[in-house]
Amino acid sequence: MLVVRNLRVRYGRSVAALHGVDLQIAADSVLAVLGSNGAGKSTLLRTISGTLRLHRGSVVAGEVEFAGRRIDRLDPAEIVRLGVVGVPEGRQVFARMSVEENLRAGGIGARTAQARTLARARVHELFPVLAERAKQRAGLLSGGEQQMLAIGRALMSAPKLLLLDEPSLGLAPKIVDRIGEIIREIHAQGTAVVLVEQNAVMALRVADHAVVLETGRTALSGTAADLSASDDVQRLYLGGHAESEATAEAEARGAAEQRAAVRGLSRWVA
Amino acid sequence: METFLQLVVNGVGKGAVFALLALGFVVIFKATEVVNFAHGSLVLVGGYLVVVTRDSLGWVGAAVVGIVSAGLLAILVERLLLSRSKLADANSLALLTIGLDVIITEEIVRRLGVTVPFLGEAWDAQPIQVGGLTLFRTHLVAIGVGAVLVTAFFLAFRYSDWGVAMRAQAENREAAALMGIRSSRVTATAWLVAGLLAGVAVLFIATQDFSGSGLSRGTHSIALAAFPAAILGGLDSTAGAVVGGLVVGLTEALSAQYISFDFSKSAVFLVMLVVLVARPSGLFGTRESTRV
Repeated sequence: MLVVRNLRVRYGRSVAALHGVDLQIAADSVLAVLGSNGAGKSTLLRTISGTLRLHRGSVVAGEVEFAGRRIDRLDPAEIVRLGVVGVPEGRQVFARMSVEENLRAGGIGARTAQARTLARARVHELFPVLAERAKQRAGLLSGGEQQMLAIGRALMSAPKLLLLDEPSLGLAPKIVDRIGEIIREIHAQGTAVVLVEQNAVMALRVADHAVVLETGRTALSGTAADLSASDDVQRLYLGGHAESEATAEAEARGAAEQRAAVRGLSRWVA
Repeated sequence: METFLQLVVNGVGKGAVFALLALGFVVIFKATEVVNFAHGSLVLVGGYLVVVTRDSLGWVGAAVVGIVSAGLLAILVERLLLSRSKLADANSLALLTIGLDVIITEEIVRRLGVTVPFLGEAWDAQPIQVGGLTLFRTHLVAIGVGAVLVTAFFLAFRYSDWGVAMRAQAENREAAALMGIRSSRVTATAWLVAGLLAGVAVLFIATQDFSGSGLSRGTHSIALAAFPAAILGGLDSTAGAVVGGLVVGLTEALSAQYISFDFSKSAVFLVMLVVLVARPSGLFGTRESTRV
């Protein structure tokens, strides 16, 4: 459904953010994208949703294909109309508008009034709290509710592929679990999901497949189960026994050669 | 007391016109963060086309031509000049509009030559006597037209898809883009609306009752009073633009009578300064305070 090939992206003239990212996601699946700060996760999502230009970034090489069509030169509105919708990091709800108006803004990309009504019913069913608080200003919602609104807003145009950028950021563990359930529910209703997360525990529980980005490259990819079992991922992202990030990184470097040998994982070479 | 009441009516009449202009600034600023310094020249172009076409089309036809051309010119400016430099800083784009303003204004002034044509009016120029009050019809019509347009604008801004898209983009450009809101369309319609409102405003400005002067460089400087109106209301507040317009209109009318006519222009800017000292983002503005 979505294929990213050898994607290289930079900001401005010199700051390279992605050095060759490859990944693909089948229709009807959830792909987790893991990686530490600065690995290029958000840049990847910006490239897919076409908002890279707003950050003065540009695609230097490679391509992004959705449903057989290249989308890396399209503007964000066209990409939304093809069925790819993003939920930005930090939620970014329209704080001064009401909950209902936020959903309405999300539905502007929908094709027909009927599609909007259907989407709104689906969103209200998934997030009853958004129906209860329809008239409230979005800025007054709690963090968890804002995240639900941000996801609900994105679902208003009935996307085929939903891009989530760190939906667990800054939320209490209980809410994070709830968000995980919601992602599964959205997936069960037939929307594919790309889930960018630092919270690897939640992401790997929800996803079918996962990739790990390291400094702008796809370092590992495989099924979520295989990645959960891999030593590197255990150490780096699942709170294994490493004492600090620095020692974890050193160990990871030492283990680099063994990586490819881990059963079921393929190593990407840029 | 009668003088005072009469001044209030005059002030509100002028204020309604300033409100239309200030609303134009605010709409453009909200959509793009660009302060459009070429607003005065849009006013002149609208007025000039009324002057040119009035003899053949009559007042109503000419007024429609003037309003539409001001709107189209605004769209052209946005499409041909501003949208080409998407990544340019909003401040450099504001400087670009200053240059444009000078070019357009000088061209219209050159075409007018020594003439200072009144745009005339479709209504009877005789003032109405109510009790001891002398009311100018131009002011009354301006209040009526202003009320209708401002109401229509607010209804659209609050309830239409255009309004939702516009407010979403004003609040968060990236999130709006992610929702599939077409930023170029929102921006172009913002300029169109501002241009149309400028075209309406000039029909009142270049009349005997409003300014005592026809279309000229003076029309441009009168239109500039909409700047303090927009700024003291809060550059990102549509309601502020309307209130600001009324404050400016009333300040001008009252200070011209009770202090001196020459002082009335500076009085407007004094009021603006006082407001800005007390509330740096204007009466209803939020932008600066939310950013800090």
